[in-house]
Amino acid sequence: MRTPLSYEELTANFDWHLAERELGYRPGDPINIAWMCSDRICQLDLADKLALLWEDYQGNEKRFTYDDIRILSNTIAQFLLGLGIQPGERVCLFLDRVPELYIGFLGILKMGAVAQPLFSAFGEESLLVRLADAGTSAILTQKKHLYKIRKVRGLLPNLQHVIVVDADSAALWEHETAFAMEQAPRVEHFSAYPTTAESPSVLHYTSGTTGQPKGAQHVHYSIIAQYLTAKWALDLQPDDIYWCNADPGWVTGTSYGIIGPWSNGITQVVLDSGFNAERWYEFIEKYRVTVWYSAPTAIRLLMKEGAEIVRRHDLSSLRHLASVGEPLNPEAVLWSKEVFGKPFHDTFWQTETGCIVIGNLPGMVIKPGSMGKPFPGITATVLDPKSGEPVNRAGVAGLIALRPGWPSQIRGYWNNEAGYRAKFKNGWYLCGDRASIDPDGYFWFMGRDDDVINTGGHLVGPFEIESALLGCPAVAESAVVAKPDAVNMEVVKAYVTLKRGFKPSDNLELEIMNSIRKRLSPLAMPQEIEFVDSLPKTRSGKIVRRILRCKEFNEPVGDLSTIMEE
Amino acid sequence: MDEITKVVRDYIIREYVQEGDDREITETTPLISSGLVDSFSMVSLLRFLEKKYAIHIPDTDATPEAFDTVERIVALVRQFQKTEVGSV
Repeated sequence: MRTPLSYEELTANFDWHLAERELGYRPGDPINIAWMCSDRICQLDLADKLALLWEDYQGNEKRFTYDDIRILSNTIAQFLLGLGIQPGERVCLFLDRVPELYIGFLGILKMGAVAQPLFSAFGEESLLVRLADAGTSAILTQKKHLYKIRKVRGLLPNLQHVIVVDADSAALWEHETAFAMEQAPRVEHFSAYPTTAESPSVLHYTSGTTGQPKGAQHVHYSIIAQYLTAKWALDLQPDDIYWCNADPGWVTGTSYGIIGPWSNGITQVVLDSGFNAERWYEFIEKYRVTVWYSAPTAIRLLMKEGAEIVRRHDLSSLRHLASVGEPLNPEAVLWSKEVFGKPFHDTFWQTETGCIVIGNLPGMVIKPGSMGKPFPGITATVLDPKSGEPVNRAGVAGLIALRPGWPSQIRGYWNNEAGYRAKFKNGWYLCGDRASIDPDGYFWFMGRDDDVINTGGHLVGPFEIESALLGCPAVAESAVVAKPDAVNMEVVKAYVTLKRGFKPSDNLELEIMNSIRKRLSPLAMPQEIEFVDSLPKTRSGKIVRRILRCKEFNEPVGDLSTIMEE
Repeated sequence: MDEITKVVRDYIIREYVQEGDDREITETTPLISSGLVDSFSMVSLLRFLEKKYAIHIPDTDATPEAFDTVERIVALVRQFQKTEVGSV
């Protein structure tokens, strides 16, 4: 087992070229993430090594070696080309955590198209907004999700192919195609499309305060950062069995649920199941998981189940624990030390950064509750909100900002240049979060700097939910804000005024909640709806969410005299 | 099948089983661990139970484990029906 290097050793003379050399990449050469994660690993004499151990909630298991994922991603790539899909086109993955999701991701990239993973719990309205914006050509899905696609397909002129991975042709409609990955003729040889460093690779949709979700556009060069951060921040080593809880519908599930581990030639395990503490511990015990990348919400749910259940399982295989999604509270770090014998290492990053940018690295002293320090090669600071200059004083809050230029930084938002430009100030990229830095250089998270809601580690934009609420027959106006929550850090709360003729009731609240859950997603469903007579507004009639948010967090609102109506 | 079981099962089929999903929901079908109902959606299920049966189920009891099957949900409802009656 490798002893982790100290933070000082990692940062001394750091250069991203180190990762380029380890991956055998020379600037200017073609670089293709899928080839790097499959063919290259096979060429390293690891063709027979397990790449993916997959299990569903019923205990059905599948195993895929690196040679399997090489051949199966070839097979998918060839199939997509055969449909007439061209490099650069967007191909959506709308799948539960089935093997086709992970291997399909590589297949799409291998033929030069752009992978657009979407969380399979999205309802038809969330799906429509994201597919329409991206002009998506094809979608890979399961028959259980087909009904959502069928509802919106007529509104998506670019969507030419609906590919169903688990259905017979007989059950499908016109322009829907059955494709069974494991039954299809295996394609032994396929020349990966010669994408270059700046070729688009992945399009992940993320939420902002205003407007509909934005497509964060990544490039193939991102693998340089994802490879090295997986190796150093998650401490992945050749014999590890790695488990990332994240769904590839979100960026953690692709950066560290596919690219990070597979570019390192690691065996990863996937459990396609909902949360169940007993089941999770059984899974770790059964597969002897050594590195576990989880999320604060999951950890807090495990804490609720108690320590006794942990003692019933042999979890001695665990060597390194890490967390991402929202700040990990000190209690969770201390609890994991007590019950697992090792702490969770918190990491900070977001869709736009593509890789861990601040974290508690394996060789560092952990300060429970801290985000850690900038990853080597990342220049991070906090800016004064007014001047836009670095605060440069320990303990003083500011906006978390990164000096642009790391390999996995997004190259833009799809069709939204203005939105992308707005993310920069004085030559810094703004993360949208507030923090302070202590005298030792550790960052301490303080909260979002906007109205975006971080619920269970997922960012949810208020605008999309407010728009959907207006689609409910009873709703006249709404304002959606974060509400503090012990497990999810924040949950969605909606303030609603009703149209004439409607009266507040428990039935109406439940009806609205279920409507949003089905049309958008369970994450977007308000966990609480407060019916009010009116909403706070500016003189120009704009709803002031800040007042409602401060009410939820029991914080002072500050001076509003200049913006509020008389 | 008793009345509460029928009401809970019917509600889950109506609200959570997607169109085209032909799986059968029995009293012991895993709901949370199968991914049919996630922890966020659990809140609307909880709200339905509290409203329908005029009970309050505290957060400490409303765990993913306690909501994992129709059978367990019904047991939870009965437990708090007794509590509410006892507290009057």
